[in-house]
Amino acid sequence: MSNLENFRAEVSEWLEENCPPSMRTPMVEDEVVWGGRNAVYKNPESKIWLDKMGEKGWTAPALPKEYGGGGLNSDEIKILNSELFKIGARPALNSFGIWMLAPVIIEYGNEVQKMEHIPKILKGEIRWCQGYSEPGSGSDLASLSTKAEDMGDHYLVNGQKVWTSYADQADWIFALVRTGPKEPKHSGISFLLIDMADPGVTTKPITLISGKSPFCETFFDNVKVPKENLIGEENQGWTIAKKLLQHERNFISNFGLAAGGGGDGSRTKGVVGLAKTYLGEENGKIADLDFRSRVTEHKMKEHSFGLTLQRAGDEGGKASAASSIFKYYGTEHNKERYELMIEAMGNKGFIWDGDEAESKEKAITRAWLRTKANSIEGGTSEVQLNVIAKRVLDLPA
Amino acid sequence: MKLVLNEELQFLRDTASNFAKDKAPVSHLRKLRDEDHPNSWDEGLWNEMVELGWTSILIPEKYGGSEFGLAGICVVLQELGKTLVPSPLFATGVLGVTSINQMGSESQKKDLLGKILEGNLTTALAIDEGSHHEPANTELTAEKNNDGWVLNGKKVFVIDGSSADLLIVIARTSGNKGDNQGLSAFIVDPKSKGINRRKVPTADSRNYANISFDGVTISAEEILGEVDGASDQIHKVLDFGRIAMSAEMLGNTEEAFAITLNYLKERKQFGVLIGSFQALQHRAAKMFCEIELTKSAVIAAMHAADENSNELERLSSLAKFQAGTTLHTVSNESIQMHGGIGVTDEYDIGFYLKRARVAEQIFGSSTYHKARYADISGY
Repeated sequence: MSNLENFRAEVSEWLEENCPPSMRTPMVEDEVVWGGRNAVYKNPESKIWLDKMGEKGWTAPALPKEYGGGGLNSDEIKILNSELFKIGARPALNSFGIWMLAPVIIEYGNEVQKMEHIPKILKGEIRWCQGYSEPGSGSDLASLSTKAEDMGDHYLVNGQKVWTSYADQADWIFALVRTGPKEPKHSGISFLLIDMADPGVTTKPITLISGKSPFCETFFDNVKVPKENLIGEENQGWTIAKKLLQHERNFISNFGLAAGGGGDGSRTKGVVGLAKTYLGEENGKIADLDFRSRVTEHKMKEHSFGLTLQRAGDEGGKASAASSIFKYYGTEHNKERYELMIEAMGNKGFIWDGDEAESKEKAITRAWLRTKANSIEGGTSEVQLNVIAKRVLDLPA
Repeated sequence: MKLVLNEELQFLRDTASNFAKDKAPVSHLRKLRDEDHPNSWDEGLWNEMVELGWTSILIPEKYGGSEFGLAGICVVLQELGKTLVPSPLFATGVLGVTSINQMGSESQKKDLLGKILEGNLTTALAIDEGSHHEPANTELTAEKNNDGWVLNGKKVFVIDGSSADLLIVIARTSGNKGDNQGLSAFIVDPKSKGINRRKVPTADSRNYANISFDGVTISAEEILGEVDGASDQIHKVLDFGRIAMSAEMLGNTEEAFAITLNYLKERKQFGVLIGSFQALQHRAAKMFCEIELTKSAVIAAMHAADENSNELERLSSLAKFQAGTTLHTVSNESIQMHGGIGVTDEYDIGFYLKRARVAEQIFGSSTYHKARYADISGY
């Protein structure tokens, strides 16, 4: 047996022993695990699963073992994922810390910061949120004005962030702050880690068009932040911020493709299944031929896009300018998918509440509205196109 | 299946890239067009391709070939597509070789593949009869007579039809127009009595012929495979052709896009480079995305062919659809972004547009392949 075959056997055996039975069933919305100090585990087995996976380092299989990661190479990760897929295992942990923060701490943080923060992220002990956008700084992120004044042994932070995902449930925030008010806008920004339990930090949820509140406003009022919480050099935060955005964009584009929006059942049923259910079938085909044609085109694009993600992986793709293509395409595609789904559902596609529609139908309606933010958050589609034009195609400014 | 090129394929691609740039830039095609060349391809250039071993790429080692597979011919055609090189490589090296290898008897393979390998034989696949590709609509009949077959009917838009040394003719041996079954393949000497070949001048200045068959008698040995056997086999031949054509179209697309990007970086209006305009930048960025998707579909399809994947048909249709829609957009946008100079004959970009529309139709348009993909996928 080759090393990889051995590894597969080991993984399979370990999963058999350690993945609790209910963690091999499809995810239900209120059992999604985000971890953190205040996490509530409705299903106790999800906590067991998190601890087992966290101990093994497999919540972040690619990260080095010394910081609590799995230390696996890309072939081993493929095997792990395929074994997880085989038993229908739920994700043990959803985490902005893993998807966005941990890779940049590894790249830009010092040894103390790595040892302090990364293991807690990977074990799901600390839940992180992202403090980037501000009321006056959306697409023009670098114009941000939350200020961090140098007070000798600490920074004094004042200002406001907006669109901080789940800030009301997070323990810590990674924030972009202005440390150099006189520098040019890109050269006066620092990347700071702030404990949300510190005095002066408050949050307020924002209700979206979907009726849900995944985002908050976060306020900083004379918050004292120790200087050891600065990642990288003072005023060099923009470089780190951009790198983190690439990780975020990769995550959003993969998420849209793989999960079909998240937890609404569309992944199993799919747009084709919905079309056959609501528009009818003739000889096994979607009866509405115009709709069938549009769904086919959509599915073909999805196929090509999936192959492109695979190709980027095969080419050894790390976070790079190419990730901007994925963010743009993945989110636009996901929006189109939901438009097709609610169109297929007809007047069942916009029932908001009550008993006249099933809960999975209402979930699709809400998810459709949620997708509208996909092409805005993490850099709008227009910003993505600017990035492709300038950095990839080298078109003049 | 990894969606990358191994070292052998990269080497083959680099060789083809240099060949296209050095020996056959677009001016080569322009010259053939201007002198109204009878074959629309250059014999000297073709001999050099044979020397480089490109006719042997799809031929199994058993018959003296290099067996580089469809991926090998795809990377070559993609590079030749960048400068729109006309040659018999597609009709002979892909369609001829695959037809014979797929359907032919042992002695036919030895004889015909050997001749193709050495550059002594060019072929043409005569299949379409109407304005749109649809093999089931074959009406040209082959009927048994005493010691062979008699062919009656017509073929249109036969690629290299006026220059080929040998025709591979798809004929109906049973059933009616519209039936998927009942098709057979024949190898026919184009100089046979009763054959009338008319070269059709097309927008892309390549070689196509409409061919009529009026009581053409051929011997019993000149069937390729079993009677009615082409019905199933021909689809694999066509899928190989579609994927190879998609690779060539990808090359067309990449180069038209590159030429256009260069223009955006040097043309000034209102005192600035027009490439600085966001209206053009966003359109260019969207085209870039579609080209990336096309690359992935083509590379997946060619590897699927070489690995005998059961996804071949779906990936073939995906590649042809993706290459067709992308080339359609890019060829139109290339003209528009060039402005006035884009519609002059003196400038090369128009050649890409003319080739694009022809290539889009070959062995099924984007619409055809969308419908086929939907059927295969059970939508």
